Amino acid sequence: MSEKRTGAQILCEALIQNGVDTMFGIPGGAIMPFYHAMWEYRTDLRHILCRHEQGAGHAAEGYARSTGRIGVCIGTSGPGTTNLVTPIADAWMDSTPMLAICGQVSSAVLGKDAFQETDITGITMPITKHNYLVKNINDIAYVVKEAIHIATTGRRGPVLVDITKDALQATAVPDYSKKIFLPGYRPTVTGSKKQIKAALSLMLKSKKPILMIGNGVMMSEASAEVRVFAERYKIPVITTLHGLGAFPEDHELSLGMPGMHGWVHANRAIQEADFLMNIGGRFDDRVTGKASTFAPNARIVHVDIDPSEIGKNIEVEIPIVGDARIVTLSMLEEEPEEKLVAEFHKNAAEWLTYVRELQTKHQHKQQYLNRPDTSTMLPHDVFAALTKQLNTRGNYRVVTDVGQHQMWAAQLLDWYKPRTHITSGGAGTMGFAVPAAMGVAVAHPEDTVWAIAGDGGFQMTNQEMIVIIQENIKNMKIAIINNGFLGMVRQWQELFEGKRYSGTPLTSPDFQKLAEAYGWTGITVESVDQIDAAIERAYAIDGPVLIDFRVEREVNVFPMVPQNKSIGEMITE
Amino acid sequence: MKIHTLVVLVQDHPGVLNRAVSMFRRRGYNIASLVVGHTETPGVSRMTIVVESDNVEQVVKQLYRLVEVLKISDVTEDPVVDREMVLVKLHVTGQHRAEIVALTEVFTAKIVDVATNTMVIEMTGGPAKVDNFIDVIRPFGIKEMMRTGRITMVRGAKGHSGAELIDQAAE
Ligand SMILES: Cc1ncc(C[n+]2csc(CCOP(=O)(O)OP(=O)(O)O)c2C)c(N)n1
Ligand SMILES: [Mg+2]
Repeated sequence: MSEKRTGAQILCEALIQNGVDTMFGIPGGAIMPFYHAMWEYRTDLRHILCRHEQGAGHAAEGYARSTGRIGVCIGTSGPGTTNLVTPIADAWMDSTPMLAICGQVSSAVLGKDAFQETDITGITMPITKHNYLVKNINDIAYVVKEAIHIATTGRRGPVLVDITKDALQATAVPDYSKKIFLPGYRPTVTGSKKQIKAALSLMLKSKKPILMIGNGVMMSEASAEVRVFAERYKIPVITTLHGLGAFPEDHELSLGMPGMHGWVHANRAIQEADFLMNIGGRFDDRVTGKASTFAPNARIVHVDIDPSEIGKNIEVEIPIVGDARIVTLSMLEEEPEEKLVAEFHKNAAEWLTYVRELQTKHQHKQQYLNRPDTSTMLPHDVFAALTKQLNTRGNYRVVTDVGQHQMWAAQLLDWYKPRTHITSGGAGTMGFAVPAAMGVAVAHPEDTVWAIAGDGGFQMTNQEMIVIIQENIKNMKIAIINNGFLGMVRQWQELFEGKRYSGTPLTSPDFQKLAEAYGWTGITVESVDQIDAAIERAYAIDGPVLIDFRVEREVNVFPMVPQNKSIGEMITE
Repeated sequence: MKIHTLVVLVQDHPGVLNRAVSMFRRRGYNIASLVVGHTETPGVSRMTIVVESDNVEQVVKQLYRLVEVLKISDVTEDPVVDREMVLVKLHVTGQHRAEIVALTEVFTAKIVDVATNTMVIEMTGGPAKVDNFIDVIRPFGIKEMMRTGRITMVRGAKGHSGAELIDQAAE
């Protein structure tokens, strides 16, 4: 242990010691010493060379969101790190544990506008949980430990470590033993007993209760506990976009997704509920619609690990600061009077029956399938076929991009397991799906990983497809919902701007040929009767396959809440 | 909007002031005054922040998200000692010299520099007293002025020391 190491070697060893085994990145001048060193550690520290740092960042996000572990991306100083800014912002908005390692120019020229110098800690200050500029080799080991600790605890988030080239090149005897010293960082994980008791007694007094679960349930691995809780009290469960999969959608208590493109019955249930407990969701405006009109009759309990989320968008009656799993476990320890519970069950059952009637009345899911005319291929046909096949062919994970296809996937596919639905929610970053799916595929070689993208977003980051070939990754498929438009924007133009399709019609290359050029199998699907066979073929091929679904061009995502309207006012056609 | 005084203890790291200020800027909170300095505890700096806000709780929670922020206290309603210092350079002609010296005494201010046509006065006091002093002195012709912004300490035994926080974390 007393042997001298370079800063770069220390960086590698510190990463390994803190649980990192995979990194996505691109080298360059300032970060070269790290690349030189990582070669020695390559059996424990896999590096995947990406084609754009944005791809590396999203891949790290996919890796992190599907495993719960830290996702690591690397960029060199200047443009290498500014290219990481989008995925860092994305990870920030979606509370994804990420470590961005950046090369920086040597400390001697820092601040002198040296070649490829960018103040990346300055740039990323508002979009990281914390960041560091490391100029001294003796700080490297500790900073890596602290950075990963911060990124993976409390409310998860991205942390950036910028290291000067001279610190990577210097030599010193490493000290990995320094204990974490963070007097200002002590996340509250156990919720207040008093608040928990109060929340339960408030709930038991209600007649129309709703449980809403979000990203926090996923991040803290609270699905099982939440399920036990919901079942014990027989409360209907609503899952937000990032909560999809945290509660099985075929469960008798599941109501599905709320919000802008959520289900009518889910939104109506929220508007009529007299009690709403939100565990690990942040009352995003896409969920609440116009905030002042959200859940007007409900007394609200909000469980969140981040106190600053509580009361930010929606006023709540009982705040509980804590980790979703630990708080849910504490709620399960409570044993309220049986008589109260029995009465509550009775009311909750009536309420659920009522919500189910609403659901039947506004039955949505794949109702288009009963349409008489099936000559055109609707996106819905693709999702219906995917649903059928995904469910019969082993474990799958789906990564979606941003736009109409993202909402259709959320609505129309079935979500049963945590961390199987991964998307860019808070930032809505087009270009997310392909590289993020790559990160998921690397982390879960045993699962089939589908990237579902629009023709627009796909073209933002599809260069990463070649990485799949170089790394010999077999378990990734891509489905492009190719509608010839920046579809989600076109939908708004159709509905609210008199169909002025300004800047939204989209010409694309032949995606099948593009796939083939990358060494993928490419399939083009132009009609409904080709869908099943294409998906079957995609599964039959042991390797990456892209399917270009050329769907009907002008189809809208419904139901929909127009911006700044109450979620009680949905447009359904 | 209500004016709040926050006493904020932070770890004395480069960039911590930048992080705090940047948070105020991007969340759209208005800083009326912000002063930072060392404290009794090595490694701990202290800020006195005067902020206009109708939702100071959110401001406090957002500040707490910064990893280097140790403790925040809203002392707006507490009995406090509030101090600010001002340096004023006056344009002085012979006829007003005596009057200015007299005023300086009334305000227990100090004349710290005298030249042919100018005078620099140093004055310390509560913010209201400093305002008052400036109003009174202004008609004589202020050439330059610099106020430090407010520093605040709660009266009595209750206080804001960083020592304990640092000790706890080191265990
Ligand atoms: C990087 C980025 N640029 C622009 C947008 C705005 N935007 C949101 S959805 C959308 C259209 C996406 O089109 P496409 O990828 O074809 O998906 P579709 O909606 O047609 O399914 C656009 C441009 C965005 N979310 N992200
Ligand atoms: Mg499109």
